[in-house]
Amino acid sequence: MWKTIIRRILVMIPQLFVLSLLIFIMAKFMPGDPFTGLITPETDPARVEELRIKAGFYDPWYVQYVNWIGNAFQGDFGRSYTFNVPVADLIGERALNTLWLSLLSVFLLYLIAIPLGVIAGRFHDSLLDKTIVLYSFIVFAIPTFVLGLINLFFFGYELGWFPTSGTVDIKYESGTAGFIWSKFYHILLPAITYALLATTGIIQYLRSEIIDSKSLDYVRTAKSKGIPINKVYSRHILRNSLLPIAAFLGFTITGLLTGSIFIETIFGYHGMGQLFIHAINGRDYSVITALVMLFGFLTLLGSLLSDIIMSIVDPRIRID
Amino acid sequence: MKNTEAIEASKEMKVSSPPTGFQVIAREFMKDKLAMFSLISLIVVIGSIYIWAWQIDQTQLMRISLRDKLAEPGEKFWLGADKGGRDILGQLVVGARNSLTIAISVTLLTGFIGVVIGLVTGYFGGWIDNIFMRIIDFFITIPSLMIIIVFVTIVPKYNILIFILIMSVFLWVGTARVIRSKALSESRRDYINASKTLGTGNFVIIFKEMMPNLSSLLIVEMTLNFAGNVGLETGLSFLGFGLPPSTPSLGTLVSYATDPFIMENAWWNWLPAALLILLLMLAINYVGQAIRRSADARQRLG
Repeated sequence: MWKTIIRRILVMIPQLFVLSLLIFIMAKFMPGDPFTGLITPETDPARVEELRIKAGFYDPWYVQYVNWIGNAFQGDFGRSYTFNVPVADLIGERALNTLWLSLLSVFLLYLIAIPLGVIAGRFHDSLLDKTIVLYSFIVFAIPTFVLGLINLFFFGYELGWFPTSGTVDIKYESGTAGFIWSKFYHILLPAITYALLATTGIIQYLRSEIIDSKSLDYVRTAKSKGIPINKVYSRHILRNSLLPIAAFLGFTITGLLTGSIFIETIFGYHGMGQLFIHAINGRDYSVITALVMLFGFLTLLGSLLSDIIMSIVDPRIRID
Repeated sequence: MKNTEAIEASKEMKVSSPPTGFQVIAREFMKDKLAMFSLISLIVVIGSIYIWAWQIDQTQLMRISLRDKLAEPGEKFWLGADKGGRDILGQLVVGARNSLTIAISVTLLTGFIGVVIGLVTGYFGGWIDNIFMRIIDFFITIPSLMIIIVFVTIVPKYNILIFILIMSVFLWVGTARVIRSKALSESRRDYINASKTLGTGNFVIIFKEMMPNLSSLLIVEMTLNFAGNVGLETGLSFLGFGLPPSTPSLGTLVSYATDPFIMENAWWNWLPAALLILLLMLAINYVGQAIRRSADARQRLG
């Protein structure tokens, strides 16, 4: 198994390399340079030229690439030109917000999807099952931003149950119970929206897995031994079907990252997705390149995680 | 004498052949009334959007008249007007036409690229397959939405055609992967081997003999891609990275809702477009699911 994991990590390296090259080329096409944010009308053009030469602006592209990637490895992505702070600091602050949102989303996702999948599989072909299948079809078809807006409109504006934007109420001081509650309260609606949208995969997988295992020998044995039917489902079937669900975690991370761009924009949540849209609109290129690189890395990490979990859970797919 | 009779008889006798692709799909739709309803309403809605949008004068439509700013739905404007006093209903129809046209073009383009690459790599296997699989793996693991957005903002002389091309560059991968895996197993079948021994050229085998057997899979893939592309185009336009602002799109209409005042007080500005997207997505996906069922003998209802 270690062999599989190491192989899988080795495959990731060229992918990261090509991705970074692609991003570097994209960055070269973007107007402006690392000093755009530092230039004021009083700056002497000769001084700018000097800075550019010093920073290697006129070096051959491969030298620039090596310098850029070297700095990126040390966490130095340059300065944000709209916020005028180091990009790493800016992203670090936002990343924490996105992390909280993602954690709650994943928690709610499993909380909603697992019971629904189990019920649909257990009472296969009943009215309840058909309703759940219909539900999972509908949330599969709805685009993220449409459900986000509709939720915001009804629960945020019409009913007034949830705050409509921001990450935390400014009246609370950091660290108090009110602060934490307010933060949680702001995350709740976006997290519910995301969790609802992502349920389809898990529900369909669990449902078909449970339907399939109903006729398997180990279930028949358990039943004929006289184990109560509830226990057969909760102990025997669920335990077997749940492990592969863990492998969805990697894809869930990938989905969360793409979803965060829409969800954070709609709910005015100060996370990385919103930062990305702000950076694009403000043409803040150092932030854009850093974010695309980070998202790309996390996406790769997500699929790596999925593959590793899969290879632990299901030995048949190990590469040898 | 007897011989000719036998021939006559055999001519009259109808040989029952297994139902072909379209018959199976038609049977599935006859059985699933909701899918039939979705299909018919899709055809009617898309058809009337195209005819209606064709009648609308776009420059007239996009003319700003501040007297009608945020007019409520009524006699003059059935669905009210936006901030610039422009008719929402007209924008909805033209916007839907634009969004659908883009989604259809992207679907056809990515379908074409995906099928050619999928069939060729699946049929030949070997090093061609290896190279393309690496490329496909790469495309799957990159944050394509972000990269599409970056491309949209840095491309000079941005227009609809370039938008379609940028989307297609990142979206052919899924189709190619599905077609490849099916073509891989198909290429080991006897009829392919038989054709090879007869000396048929590779490309004749791929496109005339193998492709028809993958057609149902292809139809499923294209339908579901179509739904996905409608979602992606409207999503990108919603974020402001789709069609240029002067060209209405369903996504731009929905994006009016990012202004809290409009979201709260002028629902007619964005809700109709959001609901139209929702209904389109549900109908296309439902039709896609029905076709997918008909492609798999174990899941068929009809």
